[in-house]
Amino acid sequence: MKHNNYFKVFTLTSIWAWLSIFVLLSFCMTLIASLLTPNEQTIFSLPFTLSNYTQLFNLIYVKIFLKSLYLALLCTSICLLLGYPFAYFLTKTNEKYREFLLILLIIPFWTSSLIRTYAIIAIIKTKGVLNTLLISLGIIHHPLQLLFTNTAVIIGLVYNLLPFMILPLYANLEKHDQSLIEAAKDLGATKFTIFKRITLPLSMPGIISGAILVILPSMTLFYIPDLLGGAKSLLLGNLIEYQFLTAHNWSQGSATSMLLTLLMGLLLIVYWHSMKKTNTKEFS
Amino acid sequence: MSKNQNKLGNCFLGSTYAFLYLPILILIALSFNNARYSTTWHGFSWQWYSLLFQDTDLWISALHSLVLGVTAGCISTLLGTLAAIALFRFKFQGKSLLQGLIFVLIVIPDIVLGIALLMLFSKIQVPLGFFSLLLAHITFCLPFVIVTIFGRMTHIDKNIFEAAKDLGASEFIIFFKVTIPMLLPAIIAGLLLSFTLSFDDVMISYFVSGPSFEILPLKIFAMAKLGIKPELNALCTIIFLITIVTTFSAQLFLRKNKHA
Amino acid sequence: MTDYVIELQDINKRFHDQHVLNNINLQIKHGEFLTLLGPSGCGKTTILRMISGFEQPTHGQLLIDGKNANNLIAEARNVHTVFQSFALFPHMTVYENVAFSLRCQKLPETEIKPRVFEALQIVKLADFAQRKPAQLSGGQQQRVAIARAIINRPLVLLLDEPLSSLDYRLRKSMQVELKQLQRKLGITFIFVTHDQEEALSMSDRVVVLHDGQIQQIGKPREVYENPANLTVAKFIGEVNIFPTTVIAYQNNAITVEIEGQVHSYKSKKAYLPEDKVNILLRPEDIRVYDTTEVDDTNDMYPGIIEEVIYKGTTVDLMVKLNSGKVIHAMEFFDEDDDSLVYTLGEKVWIQWIRGWEVILPHEA
Repeated sequence: MKHNNYFKVFTLTSIWAWLSIFVLLSFCMTLIASLLTPNEQTIFSLPFTLSNYTQLFNLIYVKIFLKSLYLALLCTSICLLLGYPFAYFLTKTNEKYREFLLILLIIPFWTSSLIRTYAIIAIIKTKGVLNTLLISLGIIHHPLQLLFTNTAVIIGLVYNLLPFMILPLYANLEKHDQSLIEAAKDLGATKFTIFKRITLPLSMPGIISGAILVILPSMTLFYIPDLLGGAKSLLLGNLIEYQFLTAHNWSQGSATSMLLTLLMGLLLIVYWHSMKKTNTKEFS
Repeated sequence: MSKNQNKLGNCFLGSTYAFLYLPILILIALSFNNARYSTTWHGFSWQWYSLLFQDTDLWISALHSLVLGVTAGCISTLLGTLAAIALFRFKFQGKSLLQGLIFVLIVIPDIVLGIALLMLFSKIQVPLGFFSLLLAHITFCLPFVIVTIFGRMTHIDKNIFEAAKDLGASEFIIFFKVTIPMLLPAIIAGLLLSFTLSFDDVMISYFVSGPSFEILPLKIFAMAKLGIKPELNALCTIIFLITIVTTFSAQLFLRKNKHA
Repeated sequence: MTDYVIELQDINKRFHDQHVLNNINLQIKHGEFLTLLGPSGCGKTTILRMISGFEQPTHGQLLIDGKNANNLIAEARNVHTVFQSFALFPHMTVYENVAFSLRCQKLPETEIKPRVFEALQIVKLADFAQRKPAQLSGGQQQRVAIARAIINRPLVLLLDEPLSSLDYRLRKSMQVELKQLQRKLGITFIFVTHDQEEALSMSDRVVVLHDGQIQQIGKPREVYENPANLTVAKFIGEVNIFPTTVIAYQNNAITVEIEGQVHSYKSKKAYLPEDKVNILLRPEDIRVYDTTEVDDTNDMYPGIIEEVIYKGTTVDLMVKLNSGKVIHAMEFFDEDDDSLVYTLGEKVWIQWIRGWEVILPHEA
């Protein structure tokens, strides 16, 4: 029992200490900084103020926020439209190859998204692979100007985040009890009804967790618009980066970051709600 | 399911995999292309690789990234393994809070964690460099290690630990002779994955690194902003291959004896 | 050596507000094969875990070999468990699994090796020493778990539903094997099961548990033939119950009316007139006769065959009496009598053998 206690105390203390300092404390500091007055010398100082938040309603910020949200939602929808059938078909593949196909899907999940974004440039730039190919095939006569447009940003985001949508969806769809579908068929349901009444409602937690994993990064992966969108595209992530590293307005940046955290909180509430409804578990 | 639907499905899967892998394959091909500016094929060449090997600056940042990845990987695996075991085996106050915190840490946008750590380091006066990067990387690797190992533990029959105890094993023996060997594949996978995460990270490193300690991803970012360069294609190819090997072996370890 | 290897004195266990065990008193003898029998949730596994040291009693005393063991940790008790899931260490070979507890004691390998092989020989697995558990069949894994648990020569071996994950045929043969093994080793076995047939066929004594209370302790035959109460009677085997009222009690016999007929039965226990009692009859105590077979229908009840269930060596009949009550009867095939063919709706006469009935007082 004694050994047990030493081990337990040591383990719990170390993990709690680490997370308290580097997660709880640092997040509290973001919260506090967002409530302090920006200051030239010490970055921020007393008195407490809400002005960092009220300024978020400034037209420039609202525009950026809306644009970022629009791009994120567009990216999430595309990922869902591509990812859902993908995950569905993946569950139908031969078990022999599925393990391998899954690893193929997980690899982009873990490899550098910066490098994969860079690879996109080589393809869509004016004299890139895509234009060269299309022109030599005679489909177009003048190169498409894709790089440094919003389309390029969307392509980059979808390319990077698609596996994040597919994996939770697959994890969910794979667990569906096949006998439910057979039962529905047996009771005379059409394919469409089965999808609408059984598969779709049951896969809701998968859809939502996929959406969370896509929406948040697609608002914040600032290097994707940096590389693909030029200076024109500003995501929320670019704004925070600018506020912190260029304008040195940490309080303002913290307030923007709190806004993101709030959005994450809302999404998590939706997620938990949907989990309760279908009584399934996704993460951890 | 009908044959047609099967074909349609395979087509869809195939084209999506092509979408995911073609850009990378093209990048790899271009890194061997014997031309500086063109994206059409001008013959095979190693020249960009040899150019790369002469760049000492790059070598230093590569070394930095490697040291950082290995150190952060080892420490986060150690800490994460202990945490996963504690979460699995013990009941304690605040357990759900701890689980919630780990969950949030996975979901939270990297940028939020990045600026939070930047603020923390500047206030407790950790100079931006190796040390700040190390602390940050351990922090964001930790939840992934915990989830990986915890997931493995849920496959273990809880009676195994009681059986060991019943046969007279002390906690010490249970830990080293039962728990660790049974978790070993997951621990190795956790180590490889956290190394990969650390080796590839841009978002958080961007905020907490300093000029004293340059790392590879940030250098690539700076170079990529200037556009396509064949040396960079070569560098990206090398990094990509490293991460593919580590991720692939991590997956193999995770799948090994999964049903035991 | 004390009289009892394990003694439970007034053991109570509460989880939160729930009483899991209530005043458990139980003495277990050296070398006995004792079975804890009851439905899931009756507390049988809790008793086992208490003896092995994984649970502590809320109240009461546990004696192992005459010594108070309440505060003895699991590792220090000379008691080992065979788990339902076997709980073999998947990363170790059969040899390493069996050697585990000896290695924990840091015995020299020269002493470990012969003991491991001795244990493996007992369970007939000496040829499998270098295999991993995953390479063994269910029955073999089971035997490794037993070898691992007996290597330390424990005072008591606890078996927590060890046969429930095996298929029917294997379970039957393991039942015999376990019984033989127990005789050979002379170790006390405490066996937990919810399968009454398993309990009756293997044990020296059976403890019937229900709702955290001991209902009856006795030899298998006693428990089956003289159940202490309705709960035991209903849990062990099939039973027909006739609730009725005592008309008179005289000369150690009670007079009762059952389905319109007056019977008198021997009863050591005294009853008063108007006392409510239950008359219990096992299906095999009931005789069923063809209408052509009987001349004297005195003492018999007319009935109609409602259901015929063929079971190989026996045939089970559901016979509906005039009152609407359905009686469960079991007839054994007799080589001399091939007339044991019944059709649904057939009229029959039933009767039971005097003296095989059980009389139990009414329970609220």
